[in-house]
Amino acid sequence: MVAIELLLPFSFFIALIFIIGLYCVVATFDLIRLIIGLELLIKAVTLLIIVVGYLSKHPSLAQSMVITLIVIEVVVMSIAAGVVLNIYLYNKSLDARNIRNLKG
Amino acid sequence: MGLTNILILTAMVALALFTVMTRSLLRAAIGLALTSAVLTVMMFRLGAPLAGVFELSVCAGLIPVIFITVISMTKPMKKEEAKEFAIERWSRFWILPIIVVIAAILLFTAHIKFDAKLPPVHAESDVRDMMWGARQLDMLGQVMVLMAGAYGILVLFKEMKKRW
Repeated sequence: MVAIELLLPFSFFIALIFIIGLYCVVATFDLIRLIIGLELLIKAVTLLIIVVGYLSKHPSLAQSMVITLIVIEVVVMSIAAGVVLNIYLYNKSLDARNIRNLKG
Repeated sequence: MGLTNILILTAMVALALFTVMTRSLLRAAIGLALTSAVLTVMMFRLGAPLAGVFELSVCAGLIPVIFITVISMTKPMKKEEAKEFAIERWSRFWILPIIVVIAAILLFTAHIKFDAKLPPVHAESDVRDMMWGARQLDMLGQVMVLMAGAYGILVLFKEMKKRW
């Protein structure tokens, strides 16, 4: 069977997770939920890389890329958490609509 | 594809939906950890055990701890404020399950073969050889990203301590 035909059933679920994450990022005003949405987007991409590695018979390459992705993900999340906490200390709110100081 | 794989992936979608839809931030963080745990199971099944271990320890372990720390360091809303916020939030999020169902129906009509048999896991070169042999420069980049991250956290939390 052609690899693309095997990829399609996985893409079905990956697309759904991506849609959920994207909607969370677009619709929320809460900064913590924004990071959670971003995290869901990364989960969908991680699964896609693993599936493609499995179907193209290069699982080691896919694994090493996912490990790199996880390292970058954890750094981004930690920095984002620090930024969110600092924003909270300045504005006493996690709502993005209340953060108008940087406007312009 | 196998019924087990379909069930695991469906559980992952359901947990992702729960993470986004739940009102409580703590529950959202736990939902995210569970989504990562289910992803780990899928990784093991697709012949990526080392990446799976990383996913389980870092994404299902460390990142929810970071979220819970941030949540615990911020003040919860007052009861009336929380109620108002929940109603306002629901007005933006009620449509998400419908979007997911519509997207699922649309994708389902694309004649996807869910019963296709997956090939056995292909044993390629060892992942350690791949990381330290073919992707040496990337490893250097990772070390630099980690150091930049550590420095960033140090600066951010130091600033926070001053203002606390």
